[in-house]
Amino acid sequence: MNHTFRRFATGISLLFLLLAIFLLATVPAAAQEPVSDDEVNEIARNLYCPTCENTPLDACPTQACQDWRDEIRVQLSEGRTRQEIEQYFVERHGARVLAQPRFEGFDMLVWILPILAVVVGGFIFWRYLRDLRAPGSEADERLGDDTAMMAQGSAQKPPPAPDEDDYISRIEKEVREE
Amino acid sequence: MIADLGYAAVLFAFAAVIYAAIASVYGARKDDWRWVESARNAVAITFPLILLACGLIIYLLLTNDFSVLYVTRVTSTEMPAYLKVTALWGGQAGSLLFWNLLLAAFTTAAMLRKWSDQRPLMPYVILIGSITQIFFLGLVAFVENPFAPSLVIPPEGQGLNPLLRHPGMIIHPPMLYLGFTGFTVPYTFAMAALITGKLDDGWIRTTRRWTLVAWLFLSLGLILGGRWAYDVLGWGGYWAWDPVENASFIPWLAGTAFLHSVMIQEKRSMFKVWNIILVVLTYLLVIYGTFIVRSGVISSVHSFAQSAVGPLFFGFLSIMTVFSVYWLMRRREQLSSPNELQSFLSRESAFLLNNFVFMGILFATFWGTNYPLISELVTGEKITVGPPFYNKVTGPLFAALLLLMGVAPLTMWYRSSARRIGMAVRWPALVALVTVVGLFALGIRNWAALLGLWIVTFSFILTVLEFWKGIRARMKRGESPWAAFSNLIGRDRRRYGGYWIHLGVLVMAFGIIGSYFYQQETQIRLQRGESATLGAYTMAFNGVRQFPGPDDLLIKEADLNVFKDGRQVAELNPRTELYTRTGQPMTIPGVRSTVSDDFYVIMVNWETVTADAATFRLYVNPLINWVWAGGFIFIIGTLIAAWPDTVEQKVTAASRARRRAATQPA
Repeated sequence: MNHTFRRFATGISLLFLLLAIFLLATVPAAAQEPVSDDEVNEIARNLYCPTCENTPLDACPTQACQDWRDEIRVQLSEGRTRQEIEQYFVERHGARVLAQPRFEGFDMLVWILPILAVVVGGFIFWRYLRDLRAPGSEADERLGDDTAMMAQGSAQKPPPAPDEDDYISRIEKEVREE
Repeated sequence: MIADLGYAAVLFAFAAVIYAAIASVYGARKDDWRWVESARNAVAITFPLILLACGLIIYLLLTNDFSVLYVTRVTSTEMPAYLKVTALWGGQAGSLLFWNLLLAAFTTAAMLRKWSDQRPLMPYVILIGSITQIFFLGLVAFVENPFAPSLVIPPEGQGLNPLLRHPGMIIHPPMLYLGFTGFTVPYTFAMAALITGKLDDGWIRTTRRWTLVAWLFLSLGLILGGRWAYDVLGWGGYWAWDPVENASFIPWLAGTAFLHSVMIQEKRSMFKVWNIILVVLTYLLVIYGTFIVRSGVISSVHSFAQSAVGPLFFGFLSIMTVFSVYWLMRRREQLSSPNELQSFLSRESAFLLNNFVFMGILFATFWGTNYPLISELVTGEKITVGPPFYNKVTGPLFAALLLLMGVAPLTMWYRSSARRIGMAVRWPALVALVTVVGLFALGIRNWAALLGLWIVTFSFILTVLEFWKGIRARMKRGESPWAAFSNLIGRDRRRYGGYWIHLGVLVMAFGIIGSYFYQQETQIRLQRGESATLGAYTMAFNGVRQFPGPDDLLIKEADLNVFKDGRQVAELNPRTELYTRTGQPMTIPGVRSTVSDDFYVIMVNWETVTADAATFRLYVNPLINWVWAGGFIFIIGTLIAAWPDTVEQKVTAASRARRRAATQPA
């Protein structure tokens, strides 16, 4: 029990680590100096105007989006940062302009729930698997080796374990049958 | 007149399925087979009736009969004939009728083919199929009637949405519809098994290939949809996690989980409840997906088919959910199979883990897609859940899935030894590591990309080795390499078709990693004679030509020479098209494709374009063609697994099974 729990805990921490690193993976570099189209797009890419839903600002042909891009350009030339520009649009049009919900308030839920589902689901799944295991297989599991399993004696031997060699011999048998 | 005939056919089909639903249950209750056969005939007549209705709509479209509202909405006199035919699924009402055609085709074909095989299930197969048909035919008959007359007959129609005038769009919707409607077949048989209490593996054996075929079409629809987005939408990508893309991806996830977990039931008679749950879930998600696409509940770039059918879909979805859950609960006891695991390290638990990860991806995608609704309900504020969310949340899960894809085939039923698996993965892990270290030395520093590439290489080697093991065993018996390869696949098409699909997925993953992490882009305004550089490519701009195209088009086409390493490699003509009547713009990219990358240029249509100046958006998409190549391999694998057995194969398989049974100790 202790042993398996430790393994489970390691697995979960690894999962968390993986998720955390992924969340940090895409931190963009801040733009400065003379404003090029690329610098505008860098910010526009993660903004959505309220009328052209689900079309990012950097790929939207409407006049409204054109005005927004001009606004971004002006603000960049004034030396504003990405965060400030995003905040500017959020204050005027709400959080929906952002490509991904911020990690705050109720919207934390959008991030937390999938992770929680995987973690809690993983725990339930593991408990379920554990309960499914046939009596007597604990020892084999710990040793995880079929030579050791034989050494344990064959008192509660489970159904014969088909072997990889078995599989190859099946193919060989098929060839013979042809 | 013709419209009236079409509408009459729809009404008649609607009446037929209502009769079929009643007669099938009555016949089953009274144990009077004549009623059931009558119900069968009623279902069977819906296909020809709907086919007639579709034929009539196509006739109306081809003859520009603008007295019919649908015709005025999706066609115009200048449209070429093939587009007029495909306009059948170019709008809400027509595509619903087309949907009904495919639904009728699937349910009728499965019913007739399995009529004598699965006789006891049939009354309820008819019932469940009919209920689905009643809903969808009802929509066409009473809510979205494609034969409804125009109030004022206009001299000219509005024409098909320009985005839909692309070859990819002509086949992409029918593929998705085939996939969606196809999943009705396993659902009808699973529910019939629940209702009749005949819960042996009959329904699974019966629907196995049907499920695979539905899955094939759904996969094909998703891949073609990606290709269409890349060619037509002009943003340099192929998948945007748009609600409608998700709506077809979510049922695909459930269906894929089922295709894996069903093998546990076939081999070990375990997890019967779970398999039925997955089939039910897939069906409900198909209805949900259709609901998302058609109701416009969640805003999407695909909102060309919106209307007021939302509440009806929602009602139907609720009814079917309650109905399915009720029968699942009622048969819970009978379904409980003696589930038993011998070891954590076994094929069974590998499949279960696979299902767990698929469910995780499904949940995250479903949650993200619906979150804007939930947030609006709770906080009153609508928000956007865009690609960054999905990439971050599902990315690690997809990585886990790819890893499992490599290791799981090494496990054995009942139990496997950790040592043997360790031995088997040792060398592939090392080779993959050396590859990744090499890539690191070449300057690739993104650790997520490196991890992804390690997993892909590792699993790819293991999958190839699975083939190699079988081939080697056969070659030892004196078969030539090619014969060994084809016999290996032919003998166990499901298994090796599956591995072939895995290879396709891994190749796709390679392309996705490359194009996701290493896409380069720039936007620049050029005067005639100027040039721009991105990555290894330099592009010289030689001006813009403007000319009218067919079908009220105004085309502006740029003339570009593309150089790589000082050598001219391509001449590209990206263009913008303006449908002058509707004012709808289109952007067609110029693309130079190679194995290593695509150089992809679009003319930015919101900046002024003159003969001498234009703004361009340049992309270098590394490895993107591997995505399409992987998709191709994937489809080939699915065909290998799903292709019908020839009679000869069936006979040999049967005789082999008999021999095996005879030699096996009791």
